[in-house]
Amino acid sequence: MMTNPHGPAYGLLESTDLTVSSRRRFLQGTGLLMGFVWLGRRKAFAAGEEPSLKVIGGGGEDTGNAFEGFAPGGFIRIGRDGSITFVIPSTEMGQGIYTGEAMLLAEELEVGLDQVRIMPAPPNEELYRQPILKSQATGGSTSIRGAWVPMRQAGAAARTMLIGAAAAEWAVPSEECRAERAVITHIPSGRTLTYAALADASIRQPVPQDVPLKDPKDFKLIGKNTRRVDTPSKVDGSAQYGIDVKVEGMKIAAISICPVPDGKLVAVDDSQARKIKGVVDVIKIHNAVAVTGDHFWAARQGLAALKIEWDYGAKASLSSDSIWADLKQASETGKPVMGRSEGDADAKMASAAKRVDAVYELPLLAHATMEPINTTVHVRPDACEIWLGTQAPTAVQQVAAQVSGLPPEKVIVHNHLIGGGFGRRLVADSVQQAVEFAKQVSYPIKIIWTREQDLQHDLFRPAYYDRISAGLGADGFPVAWTDRTTGGSVLGSYLPTGLPEGVLDSDAIEGAAQPPYALPSIRVDWIRKDPPIKVNWWRGVGPTHNVFVVESFMDELAHAVGKDPLEYRRVLLKDNPRALGVLNLAAEKAGWGSPLPERTGRGISLHDSFGSYLATVVETSVTPAGQIKLKRIVAAVDCGFNILPDTIKAQIEGGMIFGLSAAMYNGITFKDGQVEQSNFHDYRQMRINEVPPFEVHIIPSTEGPGGIGESGTVSAAPALGNAIFAATGKRLRRLPFSREELQAPDIAKQTLGMVPPVALGVAIAASLGDAETGGSSGHQSQPAEV
Amino acid sequence: MQMIDMTVNGELLHLDVPDDMPLLWALRDVAGLTGTKFGCGIAQCGACTVHVDGKPVRSCVMPVGAVGNRPVTTVEGVSETPVGKKVQEAWLDLEVVQCGYCQSGQIMSAAALLGRNPDPDDAAIDAAMAGNVCRCGTYPRIRAAIKQAATA
Ligand code: FES
Ligand code: FES
Repeated sequence: MMTNPHGPAYGLLESTDLTVSSRRRFLQGTGLLMGFVWLGRRKAFAAGEEPSLKVIGGGGEDTGNAFEGFAPGGFIRIGRDGSITFVIPSTEMGQGIYTGEAMLLAEELEVGLDQVRIMPAPPNEELYRQPILKSQATGGSTSIRGAWVPMRQAGAAARTMLIGAAAAEWAVPSEECRAERAVITHIPSGRTLTYAALADASIRQPVPQDVPLKDPKDFKLIGKNTRRVDTPSKVDGSAQYGIDVKVEGMKIAAISICPVPDGKLVAVDDSQARKIKGVVDVIKIHNAVAVTGDHFWAARQGLAALKIEWDYGAKASLSSDSIWADLKQASETGKPVMGRSEGDADAKMASAAKRVDAVYELPLLAHATMEPINTTVHVRPDACEIWLGTQAPTAVQQVAAQVSGLPPEKVIVHNHLIGGGFGRRLVADSVQQAVEFAKQVSYPIKIIWTREQDLQHDLFRPAYYDRISAGLGADGFPVAWTDRTTGGSVLGSYLPTGLPEGVLDSDAIEGAAQPPYALPSIRVDWIRKDPPIKVNWWRGVGPTHNVFVVESFMDELAHAVGKDPLEYRRVLLKDNPRALGVLNLAAEKAGWGSPLPERTGRGISLHDSFGSYLATVVETSVTPAGQIKLKRIVAAVDCGFNILPDTIKAQIEGGMIFGLSAAMYNGITFKDGQVEQSNFHDYRQMRINEVPPFEVHIIPSTEGPGGIGESGTVSAAPALGNAIFAATGKRLRRLPFSREELQAPDIAKQTLGMVPPVALGVAIAASLGDAETGGSSGHQSQPAEV
Repeated sequence: MQMIDMTVNGELLHLDVPDDMPLLWALRDVAGLTGTKFGCGIAQCGACTVHVDGKPVRSCVMPVGAVGNRPVTTVEGVSETPVGKKVQEAWLDLEVVQCGYCQSGQIMSAAALLGRNPDPDDAAIDAAMAGNVCRCGTYPRIRAAIKQAATA
């Protein structure tokens, strides 16, 4: 029943080692190897030795006070065999968090990253609750901010206990002992003891009441680039994502889901499907049907042979037109919920020398993680076992418990590496579906969604219709600023209990409510208009939406009064040195103001989100046919203390490219109740040939670390939109940016861009067995250019 | 019952699969080689790229029956080739990888490129790699790593 038939591929323990039952086995002292477990639970320690959360979680630095309730235990396990295991609470989905959080523990524990194994935390709110999100989840660029103090404290506390045990063994003062690379040395005598040898004795040490943390100047790991712990297995193919799971007796399922939201399955004729070799079962739930088979191909063939009748239900006529019309109407007539109001914006607006108004529109967005949604489930009478990659393990556990009827502690969740999260895997919709199917059969099933299903049955980032206005004084700078955003509530969709009407969803105004600029009066509010479909978090959440509006509009204001957009921002940032710092650095490195060819321009965007400041300059040309050709990207970031600088850069690069794909190409549309896009041919992504030279400059800082996984995404659309304006004089206020609107007037109109012709030649060549994909077929992949 | 014989990473496999089954699923679900990934199923993303006779193929659209006696190399075996090893080392050196899901395909496309063009310029890299989507946006590093592997 182990997940990996090829042996341990990743240096990770199987997460079954941490299931409730095995932990209990350990506590009873039978069998498991771990001699020292920092569980942070009474039962893990003898009476009176329970680690106090106050001791470990009460640190005074930065976010330290936020840690009440975040059990710092459970992170470190040192075995008598010398194994050192870090149980990492955050999910690794490419952002490098296994390495970042391991560095925090290792720094204070005095071990090398080469000496530890990483395992993903099992669902356990008591031990692994994220202090900022207040639940065991990975998202919102919160991981490193939440972990910065308590994970170092956990390492320091464990080291203190290990040193205490060694000192007791030698009957010497602790101060004479030093820890390094999992060995404690008694300095005067040169005697040594390994952590392994101390594994048993250290558990009897008193839990330290005070764990001072290292002075950053003494850091050996933090702040220095190191090889990421997850990379080797991802380079040699041995990494195990959820989709790679293999469980004894497992069958693989292909499914068909009612194409219209909330539609129902009426009937299935499976007579032909069951004749196909390799097909095992056909199973039904209220809105979907699954064919299980020996392999995915058999299941797919079986599925194709089904005759399925759906009842599309009430949403059969749902269309994007109606979603937009609803938003627009709500924006004009709906009742706003106040987000922030300061300085009587209405009065100042009325008396302003000049007024500027704009409407911005942002589409529904899919996540399109590279790894399509998949879930492996085995429902047995006594337990429900699940293998998947999730950003929210306890949500998975709860949903599976509800559907299976088992108590949550009987739901075992094996969390895996994730092939892209971006918010998609915060939701357990696929788990609900998978358990509904799996409880009808005795064997484990792995359900794999196709790319088409992954896109069409995604839970989308909401669409927004935003009206923004500024009143400018005689000097051209804002005296009044109002920003009214209209859209669905992600929080309302996400919370099991929903969000009552009239209550602010702070996500809806995040990035709008606190612009980095000095604005004498500001009013930011939100009109809630939930679409008739579920909505979800998406990379960059509120700021990705709102900063596009704010930063595009700031550019509009500068141009409205004939000022340079960089200079205009600088004036408004006099009292914000960190924001000004990144702005100036990005502008300088990008050569702001130096001459550019015709129909080429630079755009800048600035924001302060997730505790980090990021300024980005995009340089682009726009061909007369309206093709956007990126020339250069320069980013400057101040994200506080740099823990792993190379990963900060990688996140800015990747986040930005993710945001550029959306800005250039992406929008989900509905027609007749169904999503119109289906795969990467019509939900286009940036490809390597479209990505220009990219520089990231990091400002060193001693401030507490900020989040960095989403900042780049936030910057992308406004920087590009502003660059397009600089290149063409066209202000695009609707995403994705329309090529048609960018065509020079003398060019015959043509449709460009959303569909990459890229792989057509490759597909044909490959299906014919002619494997050549280089050279000419690659060139055919370029979008048509004029 | 018809069996398909196929040499994968130097090993002869007898697979009980139909002729028209895409190579991708034969590798993943039957041979147990899960390094090759499913991303789109329609030759649009490159996640499933393997080598057939040294050339890159989108295994999601290539029927096993079309492989014939040509040798198949997957990411699990590509380190056995000098070029593949260099590519993997450059990938590690430059920390190309984020979520990693696309990277088997990227590495296979890059190794095939360097196999036929030991010193590719940017245009050659674009041409060979534009069929491989990376949602994490690792493209700048992919380009740099290919150049590093070329000089290694
Ligand atoms: S899965 Fe084959 S190209 Fe996408
Ligand atoms: S590394 Fe995540 S898709 Fe490429």
